[in-house]
Amino acid sequence: MKEFGYQRAYDVSGAVALLDGDGEARFLGGGTNLVDLMKTGVERPARLVDVRELPLNQIEATEDGGLRIGATVTNSDLAAHPEVRRRYPALTQAVLAGASGQLRNMATVGGNLLQRTRCGYFADVTSPCNKRDPGSGCPAIEGEHHNHAVLGASEHCVATHPSDMGVALTAFDARVSYETADGPGELPLADFYLPVGETPHLETALPPGALITGVTLPPAPVAAGSRYRKVRERASYAFAIGSIAAALDVRDGVVHDVRLAFGAVASRPWRARTAESVLTGAPADAETFAAAADAELAAARPLPHNGYKVKLMRNLVVAVLSELAEEAAR
Amino acid sequence: MTTVTRGAVGTAHTRVEGRDKVTGAARYAAEIPFAELAHGWLVLSTVARGRVRSVESDAALAMPGVLAVLHHGNAPRVDTDYVGLMGMSPDPSIALFQQERVAHLGWPVALVVAETSEQAREAAESLVVHYDQEPHDVAFSAERQSEAYALDGHMPGVVEKGDLEDRLAASAVVLDAEYTTPEEYHNPMEPHAATALWEGGRLEVVDSNQGTTWIAGELANLFSLDPASVRVRSEHVGGGFGSKGVRAHQVAAVMAATVLQRPVRVVMTRRQMFSLTGYRSPTAQRVRLGADADGRLRVLEHQSLNQTSSVHEFVEPSAAAGRSMYGAEAHHTASRIVRLDVPTPTWMRAPGEAPGSFALESAFDELAERCGIDPIELRLRNEPEVGPVSGLPFSSRNLAACFQEGARRFGWADRDPRPGVRREGRWLLGTGTAAASFPAGAMPSSAAVTAEADGTFTVRINAADIGTGARTALTVVAADALEVPTDRVRVRIGDSDLGPAMFAGGSMGTRSWAWAVTTAAAELRQSLAPGADIPAEGITVRSNTAEAVGALAQKERHSFGAQFAEVAVDPATGEVRVRRMLGVFAAGRIVNPLTARNQLVGGMIWGISMALHEEAVRDRTSGGLYGADLAGYHVAAHADIPHIEADWVDDPDPDDPVGIKGIGEIGIVGAAAAVANAVWHATGVRHRNLPIRPDRVLMAGGDA
Repeated sequence: MKEFGYQRAYDVSGAVALLDGDGEARFLGGGTNLVDLMKTGVERPARLVDVRELPLNQIEATEDGGLRIGATVTNSDLAAHPEVRRRYPALTQAVLAGASGQLRNMATVGGNLLQRTRCGYFADVTSPCNKRDPGSGCPAIEGEHHNHAVLGASEHCVATHPSDMGVALTAFDARVSYETADGPGELPLADFYLPVGETPHLETALPPGALITGVTLPPAPVAAGSRYRKVRERASYAFAIGSIAAALDVRDGVVHDVRLAFGAVASRPWRARTAESVLTGAPADAETFAAAADAELAAARPLPHNGYKVKLMRNLVVAVLSELAEEAAR
Repeated sequence: MTTVTRGAVGTAHTRVEGRDKVTGAARYAAEIPFAELAHGWLVLSTVARGRVRSVESDAALAMPGVLAVLHHGNAPRVDTDYVGLMGMSPDPSIALFQQERVAHLGWPVALVVAETSEQAREAAESLVVHYDQEPHDVAFSAERQSEAYALDGHMPGVVEKGDLEDRLAASAVVLDAEYTTPEEYHNPMEPHAATALWEGGRLEVVDSNQGTTWIAGELANLFSLDPASVRVRSEHVGGGFGSKGVRAHQVAAVMAATVLQRPVRVVMTRRQMFSLTGYRSPTAQRVRLGADADGRLRVLEHQSLNQTSSVHEFVEPSAAAGRSMYGAEAHHTASRIVRLDVPTPTWMRAPGEAPGSFALESAFDELAERCGIDPIELRLRNEPEVGPVSGLPFSSRNLAACFQEGARRFGWADRDPRPGVRREGRWLLGTGTAAASFPAGAMPSSAAVTAEADGTFTVRINAADIGTGARTALTVVAADALEVPTDRVRVRIGDSDLGPAMFAGGSMGTRSWAWAVTTAAAELRQSLAPGADIPAEGITVRSNTAEAVGALAQKERHSFGAQFAEVAVDPATGEVRVRRMLGVFAAGRIVNPLTARNQLVGGMIWGISMALHEEAVRDRTSGGLYGADLAGYHVAAHADIPHIEADWVDDPDPDDPVGIKGIGEIGIVGAAAAVANAVWHATGVRHRNLPIRPDRVLMAGGDA
């Protein structure tokens, strides 16, 4: 493999300065994805700036009742945190549905958001891929795509975002904080991932050289009874073929508040806002849930071998919202 | 001797090398240090068919640490015009760098050798190779039948008895169904790795393989060496499953060690293993069963098609599975191959029987449904007295006992045969069963047993312990034959200098080796006068079982088994979970229940994995695999594996000195069918294509 330089940063400004906007350098978090990609040659950085020692490993309550999660908090610590479990249980469930115990002990919140697609063509440097090698083509569209995107994809790329954590964060309107040489900034997670369009290699709206410093969750009382369901091709240690983060507040049989996000169907965690608007104010019954799912999935553009995802997501919406409604009624 | 212990065979023994393995003291092939070691990295083709026009070696040779770039223009010549231990000419795929032809994607085109593995890899990955690319064809499907031809492999290709159409017409019930299984990969945990060096005029190879007699013979033939001047060692092996024969890594290492005259190690990456170490071909199978209304078979027809490479023929004898299982008036079975621009498939654990039993045992379940007969009763009604096609007697056949014991323990009698009627929350529940069989055999081996002056015994046999527990089993067998406790017996294996012996394969290893060990040990025990002094060099007795094995009468010799599975299926998501599994086997005398159960349960897990997860997807545009790593190629994870029980009925082989039949493969056979049959029972939907993925379950209907 290519030789690379390694530096360790101990404070945020030092990390940003060490990276220095160098396109050949990468921040190293837990390394659970980047190091794999370096082994396969997908990533060939000249230099790594290790940010694991940065003082960003805290989870703190915000004054308004939300949570601020440091970028270097491990997935394990995030999932286990009592306030995360109490206020946003779907986030804990999502994190625990991903990877393995060993990987979660290493993987960081910031790195999780920046992990790359697990599309097999992207991972194989001998294969064309518009995300890895812009303009080379997308073999998935004519080839293997049974676990590729049905929403928001383009003719240039149909890869999905692999994160489970990101799906729950998206449902709860998380904001991403970052630091650049010019100072700090913040992006709503909803705007963090760029549309695929003709530029699938441009994945996030982070400014060049920016370091993610944390994620802020605004207060969301509805999230206290939230749920994450993940469907995959084996019982653990596989990426989703479809997942859902959902929260539902039902009052007098009517949907008062709802949060819904999908995983494994698009290039980013997919906030189902169309479904949410159908649901809000409507009766909390299976018929409404199905209508809401259909409204959201009307935008789906499945390929020949991934049309099942439309049915899967519809069934998941109905199943999980029905569960939540039943539990709320008890 | 005063401390005589009888009957170690049949009692549980932990692995003699277990402590070394769990503490890391056991060294595997790529971990053994050598002075002056250089590292080779294979460069594989990026086209699926064509010719290598040129290799730009100069740039690679200028990179740090690079010592050599071997390719078709400069590599040592090898000879492939021989018949090896397996009774066939070698797959030309192992004749590395002999010509410019590229036969599949991932074909070895060069080896870069450098001072470190990292330097070799970096230079190999930047090596520019120019190809004249040609259109390729990798599209396997049942429609390729018209281009296929039958082939004899380790089983005859075509066996026909009786008039098929006539007996079909006479059948009250006819089942005609097609089944498919995908490309599957062995994926042993330990990648293929070899170090080659010349020492004192001898070629030494330290390798991870399934039999050093076999590999030493192949290397001697390939490199035109005196067999006595080749030594191959393979002490610990992290799994083989049929993939660890002669492969590109050993040949490349020998070439480089010869050119550079220093030790060279070649280790494969997981991704390279997906094109260089063989695989189980996808199969397209058709089964036609004709029966009387009471389920008695008139017709058994099983046709199977598999792919092979353009350079070598390998048949997956899936259709052979039924030849010894069930009697029928018309009994037609044929395994055929079609040649494509793909790597050559090879033996993979239960070759033939694994995919073949999925089709045949699923078809039996379908026939039981049609006839309205319990699936176990249907099988019992079709138990043959003698070999259904051969007419030969069975050495022993205890399939019925397996079903009876299995049904009792699984609670089969309480089963409601109706499909799709049991629900627990979001899950539909079902149970299924299938029969299993696998050939039992032995191959000639030699052994030496020495009585040492200190009262201990040393057994030398070139066995291979590929994780099976063979070393431990042979210790137990030797101790019994010598009538001493196991702690006085030391077994040395995995070294071609120990003399010729069977490799670990065909479920024949332990039986073949145990025969030789028992013969030598028994003779040694008789020759030792009680109380007599043993000289310093010890007293050694040697054995060779060639004559005894060759004298075995022709019989139908098989292990048998009955598999049971309970599954839960969520029709809303397509998820399938196996809830429990039971296998009861009649597989000869069980030498070490601890490792035997390990092997059988491992086989059943393999079957679950085959039923629900394993599938390599070939991209038709590139000709290569999609997701060729353990993230893309799913095997069952721990969470997929429920409580599994494996047990056995008494079934000693009457013609084996120890009573062994072999247990390496039988655990897989029928396991996938039992799971698939349970999925039908849960949902009412029949799945004839493996794996039974969530999308297939979801789109097949059965929604509730």
